Amino acid sequence: MAAAEGQTHPIGVYLKIWGLLFVLSLGSYLVDYFHVESYLRWSLILIFMILKAGLIVAVFMHMMWERMALIYAILLPPLFVLVFVAIGALEADYTFLTRLIFFRMDS
Amino acid sequence: MSQSTMTESGPQPPLAPGWSGVVKDWGSDQRAFKNVPWGKAMMWIFLLSDTFIFSIFLISYMTVRMSTTVPWPNPSEVFALSFGGEPIPLILIAIMTFVLISSSGTMAMAVNFGYRRDRKKTAILMLVTALFGATFVGMQAFEWTKLIEEGVRPWGNPMGAPQFGSTFFMITGFHGFHVSIGVLFLILMARKVWRGDFDREDKGYFTSRKGGYEIVEITGLYWHFVDLVWVFIFAFFYLW
Repeated sequence: MAAAEGQTHPIGVYLKIWGLLFVLSLGSYLVDYFHVESYLRWSLILIFMILKAGLIVAVFMHMMWERMALIYAILLPPLFVLVFVAIGALEADYTFLTRLIFFRMDS
Repeated sequence: MSQSTMTESGPQPPLAPGWSGVVKDWGSDQRAFKNVPWGKAMMWIFLLSDTFIFSIFLISYMTVRMSTTVPWPNPSEVFALSFGGEPIPLILIAIMTFVLISSSGTMAMAVNFGYRRDRKKTAILMLVTALFGATFVGMQAFEWTKLIEEGVRPWGNPMGAPQFGSTFFMITGFHGFHVSIGVLFLILMARKVWRGDFDREDKGYFTSRKGGYEIVEITGLYWHFVDLVWVFIFAFFYLW
């Protein structure tokens, strides 16, 4: 039963993804090394991050070979985290402005 | 028990692909996750819950960093390391990232050799993965020691915003703990693979169910998740 349900793919797939992950990590490190700043820095960091995360989940964790019922059950719920991120950002912004008003001496 | 043998031994109707497959799988009045062992589905659901825990840590880090009026310490300088000459920015963290990615590569190959029933190679690759993991934890311990010696505390630090210390120790500490547990499980499972437990389908000591090589893949899922979390920590905490 385990053999019939197992994930068997050629080793080469893993080696290629491994190499790709190294290149992407090197890319994100070089963003810091060459002091890329502001929006270019943030977008590069996010692009490298999402590509790395996607490759790990899709290939190393075999998600791309699973049935859609499992893919959606696992990958959709984390999207709600983005709502939480938005709420957190709004609240942080408000706190920051309030601190600017009341703790002027510190800033 | 007899029911499950019946459903698994009889000829299976072909599973529907795509969206109609999603509807049919969930509406089948049986297990919703076809083609995966129950342990694998359970590990995925655990990892989903773990995703939320790490999300909460990273979101709280975002809110304290956005709301502080004191300048945030520059991670590029804080985590710089000098090997005799000029300090190289963030070098220790970069090495840790490469070590963890390498461990993920060896883990993926261990899973593959497991399903090929090559138990010697599987066990060795799992032990190599554990060794990489232990190296990672060791370097993290070094990093903690270095920062503590420089006066970084959960309630303050000489470089800037006091929230830097609290989020650093919380996030990397929780992640390091995950890595340590992973190393422990890798060693335990590698021992079982080496002994041939999964060839004989011996009963496990946790669940007393028959174990197969999917257990290597389940351990691997946890390990890849630890690497996945590090990808996000590396991007948001160290690079941002």
